[in-house]
Amino acid sequence: MNDSATTSRATRRPSSESAPLPLDRGLLIQMHELMVKARALEERLIQMYRQGHGFFWIGGPGEEAFNVPLGLLMKKGEGLDYDYLHAHYRQSATILALGEEPLGALRQMRNAATDPYSGGRNFAGHFSIKRWNVVPVSSPIEVQYVMAPGTALAQKRHGGDGITIVTGGDAGTAEGDFASCLVWSSRPNNELPILIVVANNQWGISTPACTQQGCKQISDRGKAFNIRSKTIDGNNPIASYQELQQAMAYVRQERKPFLLEALVSRLYGHSSASGANLVSNEVDCIAEYERWLEANGVLGRAQMEAVRAKWNQEMAEAARIAREEPQPGPETIWNFIYAEKK
Amino acid sequence: MASMAQAIRLALHYAEENLGVTDIFGEDVGPPLGGVFTTTQGLKTAWNTPLDERGIVGMAIGLALAGQRPVAEIQFCDYIFNTVDLLKLAGATYWSSNGGWNLPMVLKTPVGSGIRGSMYHSHSFESEATHIPGWKIVIPSTPLDAYGLMLSACQEENPVMFLEPKALLRIRGDELIPGCPEDDRTLSKMIDAPLGDRSQWKPNWPKLEPYTVPIGSAKRVLSGTRITVVSYGRTLPLCVKSASALAEQGIDAEVIDLRTLWPYDWEQIKASIEKTGRVLFVNEDTEVTNFGEHLIRRTTDELFYRLIAPPRLLAGKFVPGIGLADNLETASVPQLGEITEAIRSLASEEP
Repeated sequence: MNDSATTSRATRRPSSESAPLPLDRGLLIQMHELMVKARALEERLIQMYRQGHGFFWIGGPGEEAFNVPLGLLMKKGEGLDYDYLHAHYRQSATILALGEEPLGALRQMRNAATDPYSGGRNFAGHFSIKRWNVVPVSSPIEVQYVMAPGTALAQKRHGGDGITIVTGGDAGTAEGDFASCLVWSSRPNNELPILIVVANNQWGISTPACTQQGCKQISDRGKAFNIRSKTIDGNNPIASYQELQQAMAYVRQERKPFLLEALVSRLYGHSSASGANLVSNEVDCIAEYERWLEANGVLGRAQMEAVRAKWNQEMAEAARIAREEPQPGPETIWNFIYAEKK
Repeated sequence: MASMAQAIRLALHYAEENLGVTDIFGEDVGPPLGGVFTTTQGLKTAWNTPLDERGIVGMAIGLALAGQRPVAEIQFCDYIFNTVDLLKLAGATYWSSNGGWNLPMVLKTPVGSGIRGSMYHSHSFESEATHIPGWKIVIPSTPLDAYGLMLSACQEENPVMFLEPKALLRIRGDELIPGCPEDDRTLSKMIDAPLGDRSQWKPNWPKLEPYTVPIGSAKRVLSGTRITVVSYGRTLPLCVKSASALAEQGIDAEVIDLRTLWPYDWEQIKASIEKTGRVLFVNEDTEVTNFGEHLIRRTTDELFYRLIAPPRLLAGKFVPGIGLADNLETASVPQLGEITEAIRSLASEEP
């Protein structure tokens, strides 16, 4: 199905729908498409791993409802006037929502020489996009929390409305770097314009969060630092969009930190190391959203299936391209150890 | 003449005025103290941080990612160990992003013994530091070299670790920092913060001139033909003193101050060893997997057939700490007498 067909069908209002939609209809449809696109990408990455076209998979299926609005709401560009993203490795939906082509992620999965983020050096989901202030994702689960205050301080000094966004998981908040982030973001008279996100999927690999951390909500930790904090349903893209919009407006205007905890699902386990199999006992945000879209007359079942089919096919085609590309040459290990003066 | 602490301060002043340094920060780095060794007194971009080493290194990385030019301080290298994965990350960022993001940042930290600093103010760090690719690592032994290396570090596009031998920080040099008054008291009046209330104090900076020591260049401090001695940091002046005394006894030692530990000046070391056939590496880090062992490995790999005697290392004892009592510290890290003996002994060793 093509885009115009999707739009023409979607704009036909069914008679049952009378209440106004919570967000613009076009945005609701766009979010759906991006969520499906991100899911299709992740499932393709998993398939590549299964077929031996990549060594390891890790990613964010189950976090699309939060990650897509995050990408859509970012002020995209390079330099202090734009938002910096210190992401963790479950952020592909945000990257696609920013407008990135999925081929790069597939190339990184394939560790091809053409991998635009690491040249075949790093795992899937380890994005790095200088032109959009997406700083390199690294595998440690906490270090982004301790680096983010640096870009935020530069932005505070610079003025404007660019902010720093840092994301991580609930397990990583046990590390000292999360506490560092709260301390450094809220120094008296030096509060930083930083949106501190915790995507809480209630797991640290195989360990349930409830067996390790005694706090009732992770967002409660912000209170001690006088940081405005909230826990939201990250499986609901509409609520996520609205809450992110509010939190980001606060950070942009007040130039102060905000701690946002989003409750999300982890639909394919931690990584390929734990099998990357679909779990059946967690909420699937896309299925939920599709029920809502259908019930509210925004999209019909056939339209949504067509979107899914379209992206499955596009990802398969893109994966074929990535599969055929050369691996980095052994001599490239010596590239980019030191930067030269520009 | 300026002390090394003053020289570093002068260099940082020059760098924040002329080289785009935006932030000089760490624990007690800003006013009123200006650093526990006074290396950051009176600097306009110096500020105090929470007592959080990981926060400090993370802040430096973040600032560098945002196009700033930070100089961060870890108050004593003994407290740097909980940041090692961040140091590794900083060294890896340009490489892992395939050339996408480089980090122009300087991390300075006092190293080594010599102030009776006991378990947590006496460690060395260079053997760990040189095990982290992607960094450049410098360690001056004179005030002028400290000035020149800091100016180079502040113009780098990559992370630079600036190791400050704390035993030498208060020692005055015999070379003039360009633009500085020669007289100690005149300089002190201009740039040293007064005791007591400093809230109204402002330094009166001399009109400094740029002077750089290129990263990667060693310095031949003494010329000789009998034996090569390669050192850096606190032990370097001891090696010079030993070699000077031995010269009067007819033992003609060449002493090289490495100054940069990575990337180090192999050409100069190699040329000297080819000339003398004997080499002693001296430093005070613990001797097992010591940086000097790497230099010995390279010496044997590349210069084996040019050697007259085994290359040797004089380093700190492999014990868990440096004890407070005078006897304990001096027994743990190389002192003047041992260095003299080590040079004499190797110089007289024959096949």
